[in-house]
Amino acid sequence: MRISPPLAGEELTRRLETTFDVEFTFHKVGHLVAILAPLERDTQDFILDLVDRIASTNIQISYEFTRRVVEALDRLDRRVIEAWAVHAMDTYDQVGLRPALEVLFKVDDFLTHAHARAAGAFFHEVQPVLSSFLCGLSGRRLDLKEGEQVYTDSERLFLPNVMALMESEADNFLLCKAQVTFMWAQTRFGSARVDFAGVLSRYPDPDQALAAFQALDSLRLDICLARELPGLWRDMQGLSRRHGDAAIPAGWLSFTAVLNRDPAVPETALALLDTAYVLEPPAARVYQARLNPPAIAAAREARLERETILLRVKLAKLAEEQRRKAPAAPPDPSEERRTPPPAQFEAKPEGLGWELTLDDQPIAPPEDVKQLLTSIALDWGEIPPEMLVAAGDGEYDAARYEVKEKDPNEVWQGTYHLEGAHLYPEWDFARQHYRKNWCVLREIDLEPGDPAYVAEVIAKHQGLVKHLRRTFEAMRDESKLLKRQPQGDDVDIDALVEALADARDGREMSEQLFMQRHRADRNLAVMFMVDMSGSTKGWINDAERESLIMLCESLETLGDRYAIHGFSGTTRKRCEIYRIKTFDQAYDAGVKARIAGIVPREYTRMGVAIRHLAKRLNEVEAKTKLLITLSDGKPDDYFDSYRGQYGIEDTRQALFEARRSGIHPFCITIDREGKAYLPHMYGHANWVEIDEVRKLPLKVADIYRRLTS
Amino acid sequence: MESIQSPTEAHFITQEPYYEPVGNEVTLFEAAYANRLPVLLKGPTGCGKTRFMEYMAWRLKRPLITVSCHDDLTTSDLVGRYLVKGGETTWVDGPLTRAVRAGGICYLDEIVEARKDTMVVIHPLADDRRMMPIEKLGQLLEASPDFCLAISYNPGYQSVLKELKQSTRQRFVALSFDYPKPELEARIIRHETGLDEAATAKLLKLAEMTRNLKGNGLEEGASTRLLVHAGKLIAQGVEARAACQGAVALALTDDEDLIAAVNELIAALF
Repeated sequence: MRISPPLAGEELTRRLETTFDVEFTFHKVGHLVAILAPLERDTQDFILDLVDRIASTNIQISYEFTRRVVEALDRLDRRVIEAWAVHAMDTYDQVGLRPALEVLFKVDDFLTHAHARAAGAFFHEVQPVLSSFLCGLSGRRLDLKEGEQVYTDSERLFLPNVMALMESEADNFLLCKAQVTFMWAQTRFGSARVDFAGVLSRYPDPDQALAAFQALDSLRLDICLARELPGLWRDMQGLSRRHGDAAIPAGWLSFTAVLNRDPAVPETALALLDTAYVLEPPAARVYQARLNPPAIAAAREARLERETILLRVKLAKLAEEQRRKAPAAPPDPSEERRTPPPAQFEAKPEGLGWELTLDDQPIAPPEDVKQLLTSIALDWGEIPPEMLVAAGDGEYDAARYEVKEKDPNEVWQGTYHLEGAHLYPEWDFARQHYRKNWCVLREIDLEPGDPAYVAEVIAKHQGLVKHLRRTFEAMRDESKLLKRQPQGDDVDIDALVEALADARDGREMSEQLFMQRHRADRNLAVMFMVDMSGSTKGWINDAERESLIMLCESLETLGDRYAIHGFSGTTRKRCEIYRIKTFDQAYDAGVKARIAGIVPREYTRMGVAIRHLAKRLNEVEAKTKLLITLSDGKPDDYFDSYRGQYGIEDTRQALFEARRSGIHPFCITIDREGKAYLPHMYGHANWVEIDEVRKLPLKVADIYRRLTS
Repeated sequence: MESIQSPTEAHFITQEPYYEPVGNEVTLFEAAYANRLPVLLKGPTGCGKTRFMEYMAWRLKRPLITVSCHDDLTTSDLVGRYLVKGGETTWVDGPLTRAVRAGGICYLDEIVEARKDTMVVIHPLADDRRMMPIEKLGQLLEASPDFCLAISYNPGYQSVLKELKQSTRQRFVALSFDYPKPELEARIIRHETGLDEAATAKLLKLAEMTRNLKGNGLEEGASTRLLVHAGKLIAQGVEARAACQGAVALALTDDEDLIAAVNELIAALF
């Protein structure tokens, strides 16, 4: 490969002046050119690419980045430089310019940890693997979250953004795994159910007592882990050695004999606390996460009441089911008018699960009840019998145990507009990176419209509806008789006669003498995504609604599963998906009224709608999944960069993601200028432009044929 | 082709297959057989349904004909068809017809996978008529008194397309199978692989962990069969982590992150 010569000073000046818009920003680029000019072309290109990408977000950040990047390049990996730049941009997205510049000014922090950063385990990389790993270990369902420190509140485990305490990347991953397992052990083996406030207040110096308890408890958990997960425990010892952890002092080691007797409960460690309190506690080993009593107490308090009543409500349901199954006892006149006493269950652990009995009858607990039993047992050490009493009538107050869902329509009245919404990333083509959690999306039920509308449309297009039904009916029974097959259900007489004639003639006899009936099993799920932007007002909106009605009529004939959702919104903070028909809903009066209720709303932010509906579509099991968009034009949003190339590139990226997950996207548009951008977004064969309403459902029939034959 | 049809005698099971009863399934099956009732075995993959059938065939001393159903399995595949042989057409019985004639046990494994039209022959055989229409011969074949129909079905697949119809399921006596309880599963693994108690306990713990992942990425946890596979590899001298990775992690899923997670679980145990 030929190496291109480095860019000369003039060329660099011109490029930087354009990028930094110097006419308006008055940035001086002279000293930057002086830094960049001596570099090799390859390095120059790498830097200029990043500088352009950052400038698309903010020129000031890009300028400050350029000033520092060369110095950083000497010691930092390119992967890390890019991560650094992206981190600065993310910070800008989330909290603004000043903190973003802080990230760049703190390049020294980056440099001091240069090596570690290059070999660090990044949270977003370890999270998918360790979340499943955690789920495999038994116990309460625990969430893995990103946080400043390594600790658990007994429901969530926190790991830092980057773990870089160890030398190599493999060790850093292993350290994350070891810490996650250690925190799991803290919840699994009861450290989190200790009443810290009560215990520590008995000592003159509660902090010292906590440190002593932490040290004892870590010894205890080490014993548990060595028993439960010997492979990982070996790895942990290796980590500790490579990290250079000091050996545990002999005074502390002597506790292990006592702890060994019953290491699975925290009481064993608590019993030794008086003795240990006076000793100097050893330093924690690298994988041992600190206990965080306030966080644990807060999580526990919120959990206890909710879970107790939830369990009792669920048990009440179980008891009722059980009674219905059992033959009714003859009514006893003396017990008339008295409500039966609430059912008392018994629970005992069985293997890693639970065995539940009611009146000595074993009952298989459903998965959610098992989870609750496990969680409660972790908080109490066992299940207190009073929690196993089915809830009475007065205790069904859902407010006490349900996590409240916010009414999406009220969200805008307060300041909590992110709560309960779906967050989606968005692709920034200039940055060549996603903007994290950029779009806030909500699903809303569409207001029903005129219930008579559908009947009117069907009456109006009677001929077309009939024709479509016929077409779709023909597709439904699409089975072919394949002749001349090597094997099949019946002998193909024509082929046999020919073959016998051939044989008499002395020629070779064909072996393909059978007929086989081939039936294509329809296993299809279709998601329709309907543009409800303001620009559809008028005949386009009518066209959309009429098409949907005819589609529904046809699809009902075919028996395929389908869902319909509308989309619109204003700005990234308010993207909305309107439920018209979900996969589970039947095509009934409600759906018909909602189709009639499709009205033009605001703008067309397509990427986020595609991401959300693709996710919904992927929850359905089907061999072929189609995402069909009905639209009237380009992606667009209110006073925002989404108009133009940004929106097109984000939509294209969202479609890529959908395709990667096994969905076939297709676009039906009424935009006569669609040719200019649709091939870029959907690919050459996956869109169609329509200028007449009546053609629309016909076209869909064509797509069906093509994709399913 | 020398012999198109293997003799039914070949389907007799002469040696006692190893089977550990989990509950009362053996007596239930025998009672159903004595009353000429068809049997439906429910349960996840690899929990011993096929082994149970072999065991029952041995106990009842009847030939066992097993058909693994697939989505292209047609009525002709079960009943039989005409073949062309030296310029003539000959009728050849399908596996179901052979069992019906000879009074064997016909076991249709994963019945929901078969085409829906196969129900035409299964339904009349599964109720008190015990008849099989052979359309192409124009015959109505009456089942031998010794004939028994058994089908299996895995209710774990959460697909509406793979549900057994009420009209079918209500013709059968149903036996439910699940993974055996830990002690029993340990006994099975030790018997099948010859591993010691400590290694078996680790395999069981691994199974429990993967079963925790069911519904959180995995469709099914590791079955007893997979544990036996892993155990056999270990007993053969394969290093434990490698054996479990091959026999369990990679066998369970294709998802990269999940394979990595299961591998981490394996590494934590061994």
